[in-house]
Amino acid sequence: MIEAVGLTKRFGDRLAVDRLSFTVQPGQVTGFLGPNGAGKSTTMRMILGLDRPTAGTVTIDGRPFAQLKRPMREVGALLDAKAIHGGRSAYNHLLCLAQTNNLPRRRVGEVLEMVGLTQVARKRAKGFSLGMGQRLGIAAALLGDPRILMFDEPVNGLDPEGILWIRNLMRGLAAQGRTVFVSSHLMSEMENTADHLLVIGRGRLIADCSVQEFIDRNSELAVRVRTPESGRLAELVAGAGARTVPDGEGVLLVTGLALERIGDLAFDNGIRLHELAPLQASLEQVFMEMTKDSVEYHAAVPGTGAEA
Amino acid sequence: MTTLTQAAPLTATRPAGFDGALRSEWTKLRTVRSTVWSLLAMAAISIGLMSLFAWLLVARRWDRLEPGERAALMHNPLEIILSRPEFFSQLVVAVLGVMVVSAEYTTGMIRSTLQSQPRRLTIFGAKVVVFAAVMLVVGEAIAFAAFFVGRQIIAKRLTVNLGDPGVTRAVIGLGLFLAVLGLFSLAFGAIVRHTAGAITTVIGLNLIISNLTGALPDSWGQHVNAYMPVNAGVLILQPAQQPGDVLSPWQGFAVFGGWTVLLLVIAAVTFQRRDA
Repeated sequence: MIEAVGLTKRFGDRLAVDRLSFTVQPGQVTGFLGPNGAGKSTTMRMILGLDRPTAGTVTIDGRPFAQLKRPMREVGALLDAKAIHGGRSAYNHLLCLAQTNNLPRRRVGEVLEMVGLTQVARKRAKGFSLGMGQRLGIAAALLGDPRILMFDEPVNGLDPEGILWIRNLMRGLAAQGRTVFVSSHLMSEMENTADHLLVIGRGRLIADCSVQEFIDRNSELAVRVRTPESGRLAELVAGAGARTVPDGEGVLLVTGLALERIGDLAFDNGIRLHELAPLQASLEQVFMEMTKDSVEYHAAVPGTGAEA
Repeated sequence: MTTLTQAAPLTATRPAGFDGALRSEWTKLRTVRSTVWSLLAMAAISIGLMSLFAWLLVARRWDRLEPGERAALMHNPLEIILSRPEFFSQLVVAVLGVMVVSAEYTTGMIRSTLQSQPRRLTIFGAKVVVFAAVMLVVGEAIAFAAFFVGRQIIAKRLTVNLGDPGVTRAVIGLGLFLAVLGLFSLAFGAIVRHTAGAITTVIGLNLIISNLTGALPDSWGQHVNAYMPVNAGVLILQPAQQPGDVLSPWQGFAVFGGWTVLLLVIAAVTFQRRDA
């Protein structure tokens, strides 16, 4: 279990992480969400003792990471695919890491096999693609067969097959009872992978709940209605207190009124409906809505949508 | 694609300690090409280039030398074999020493290293021990090889034997000097953390600033100059204290060692404290 209490990091006059308190539980995938620059990587670096917190503490099963006797057996992390000396082969890179924790040499071959890099084990890492570098980073994280795994934006640079692979890997690791903590700025990724969510914006915790709870709590249910008489229906539902947004020819998005009431209103007034469907807000939409005030760098061109 | 479950489970492993860090640092040092190339360059300068210059000196230029210089060389032939090549080989040692730590920062490897062993002094200590050991072994091998090769080349004009007063100490001294210079540079690599910046600092300090101090007024110049790290350190390459030298060979080496220990302490403290 990872436990942060009042975790804070200040770089100069910029507050990167602002009094974060949370726990990451074993046996599930915990998604760590936030726009770029929200403080996700800094938080992970503090968990691993790479950055020193300005205030607060973060512990692994009650102890700071730097006090663990077998760090690689406890925590494996992929922070970025570039934490490698490019002149060293994949095998030797993993070997020198394994040696610090007295891990058996055979383990290096095993993790290379797991991530599918056996063929290039003796090649220098300099020539690796981003995806291969990512796999090598994951191999390093798996070396100590750790109980806790952390991945910072693991799907970056992976092809669709690679993305599916790492998604299954994370699910599998959690199913074995391990703690899996994965950051992303892509909601769609989390929707498919995470059980639990920690959402941060500008260094602050915005939400700490299950994925389903997050959507339910933060999305107003919208209903999509298609009708030849969209103008009349819009007036009727507005009269009943709902808000409508036209969404193309003859289509309305209605919020603030239950689906059944919309159907009844249409029936009572003799309006033909060609479609009446509940819209489940995607995590993406909810997230964009929630974090729009906390995005560090807004795109210069308005209306481009998802800049995060 | 295999999954994690198919690997043989890891049995209990020993805690991560200094022995593991030593093995890891040895693996790191031997598995990058720059180490091998740098050591070969050291050997090429200390033995190859030295041989060429020594041959040119005794075979071509000897009769045209100033009488004073000729007398000085006859008094201390090791000047040709050890001291002059050292001026060039120190550049290679500086690069190699700096890179032991700075390469971890410039490549990003440091983040992997400190994830595997977050006790930073364990890592730093292992780097110091492994690099010092390698430099000492290679440095002594080069020193003795240079001595025996160089002595043959200058034999026509000059004779020098290991049995002569101070000569064995001076030859052993070259290996010691290279090892300490390596650690001196390693410390700068850890403090500056950028390869180019650290190399410039080490070379600028040892070759330029050290010599500029000689221009300070009165006896100031002489004393400050004598206590500058490399100026003091190279005294170990002389068989005997020269008239006018402020420090004896061993005193000079101790001064160099003192500077190096001081820098290593500063480097260890900064390595421990700063964000990686």
